[in-house]
Amino acid sequence: MLRGVNLDIERGETTVICGESGQGKSVLLKHILGLVKPDRGQVLVEGEDISRLKGASLNRLRTRFGVLFQGVALFDSMNVFDNIALPLRERSRLSEPEVKIKVEKSLQIMDLEGSAGKFPDQLSGGMKKRVGLARALQLEPDILLFDEPTTGLDPVKSHDVYRLFFSTQKRLGYTSVIVSHDIPKIFNLADKIAILHQGEVRACMTPDELQRSRDPFVQDFIVRVMGKAYNVKDEIGIKGMV
Amino acid sequence: MLQVLIGFDRGFRVLFEGLQRLGRLGLSSLESMGRSALFLFWTLRGALLPPYKLRPVLRQIQVIGSGSFLVIMFTGAFVGMVLGLQGYYTLSKYGSSSALGAAVALSLIRELGPVLTALMVIGRTGSAMCAELGIMRISEQIDALDCMAIDPYRYLVAPKLIAGLLSIPLLTAVFNVVGVFGGYMVGVVLLHGNGGAYVASMSSSITTIDLKMCFVKSVCFAFLLVWICAEHGFWVNRRAWGFGAEGVSRATTSAVVASSVSVLVADYVITSLML
Repeated sequence: MLRGVNLDIERGETTVICGESGQGKSVLLKHILGLVKPDRGQVLVEGEDISRLKGASLNRLRTRFGVLFQGVALFDSMNVFDNIALPLRERSRLSEPEVKIKVEKSLQIMDLEGSAGKFPDQLSGGMKKRVGLARALQLEPDILLFDEPTTGLDPVKSHDVYRLFFSTQKRLGYTSVIVSHDIPKIFNLADKIAILHQGEVRACMTPDELQRSRDPFVQDFIVRVMGKAYNVKDEIGIKGMV
Repeated sequence: MLQVLIGFDRGFRVLFEGLQRLGRLGLSSLESMGRSALFLFWTLRGALLPPYKLRPVLRQIQVIGSGSFLVIMFTGAFVGMVLGLQGYYTLSKYGSSSALGAAVALSLIRELGPVLTALMVIGRTGSAMCAELGIMRISEQIDALDCMAIDPYRYLVAPKLIAGLLSIPLLTAVFNVVGVFGGYMVGVVLLHGNGGAYVASMSSSITTIDLKMCFVKSVCFAFLLVWICAEHGFWVNRRAWGFGAEGVSRATTSAVVASSVSVLVADYVITSLML
């Protein structure tokens, strides 16, 4: 599915990967996580090729990641509290009272107080995303990957997710990679935008560079997905609202 | 001449396609066997190496063991009663109704107890185990565990294996005891056979080897059923069963069939080795 992907993601930056459906965006995230191995080439995370790591060394590197899956992937047999507590119970040395304090703080930040005992099936789409984000942040990752974080959410809920994402990034300073269709809103969050087409990264640039780009492919992509030429000033500033 | 050449070409193509299909089948079978072996290896590693966590094992014992208790009691009672009924009328024809206790107990302990317990657990818990892991796989819950650096074999499968190995031999023992009691109720209480002869023939015919055989069988069946059912669910996405709910349902059907057949084959092998 992927061929000729050449992408550098800088520490502390937000890189948005966009492209049409079926171009390999989610597969690219799975490569970054080492869930899928490339036929050839390297996926370097802090200088280590994650595609060649196994066992304990792979786990050690993975503890630096947090992931928010497209379908959120909450454990449906566990309630919200246990879902958020799982990484702490399994991967940290915190005692149960310490876990409780940390999870309750996360529930407060994510505006989920009162939902600790609910099961994923009892939550709305936006609440599930917030629980997923809270779980992904528990081990304070250096790198956070989001696969379609706002799919299926109405504009208000999408805005809430972005607000939470941006405030937590400001606080924790993680590197983030976002796969999204939420164009052009997502451009406002991005330090860099990578456009994936037919398994290749056809462009990787800042939103300003994207606007000024003379590349016919980039211009065509922007017009196709937005129905007009992209202008940064048209967008509502999510960053400014946090 | 041209027709002969065309016929030869067509025949060659059919042969070539047949060989290709055979090769594909061989490769996919080999891949499937390798995947199953690796699955077992990682599960055993997860079960044997620390840290040990008691709570998930206890939860699985509750699901596999105590959850199946009533079904096993019920099945054991009726199997014992049928054996008592059939045995009494058959043995009476030869004037050997006093050997009813031995016939019922030996049938149960050597064969029916371990086999029927395993088949009941496959139907009740093995299918659920496969469906649970299959749904976790297709909804990316297993990927989420991987991403959190939590070993899914240790976290999800190893407790099921340990609980199965502890629960199924105990369930088999319950099946045997209830079955012997069911046989007694029919052969002695209902048909007015000799109660003393029932107990005496049973205790004189059952040896330690019979009990060992029963234990070995129940442990092996527990191992096989958890391995097969869990593996089918865990790798539901790697087989040609389709995706989503249909894939899970076909995986579950296949897991039940494969584990039931494996139990019956293993039963023959163990019996032939231990008799």
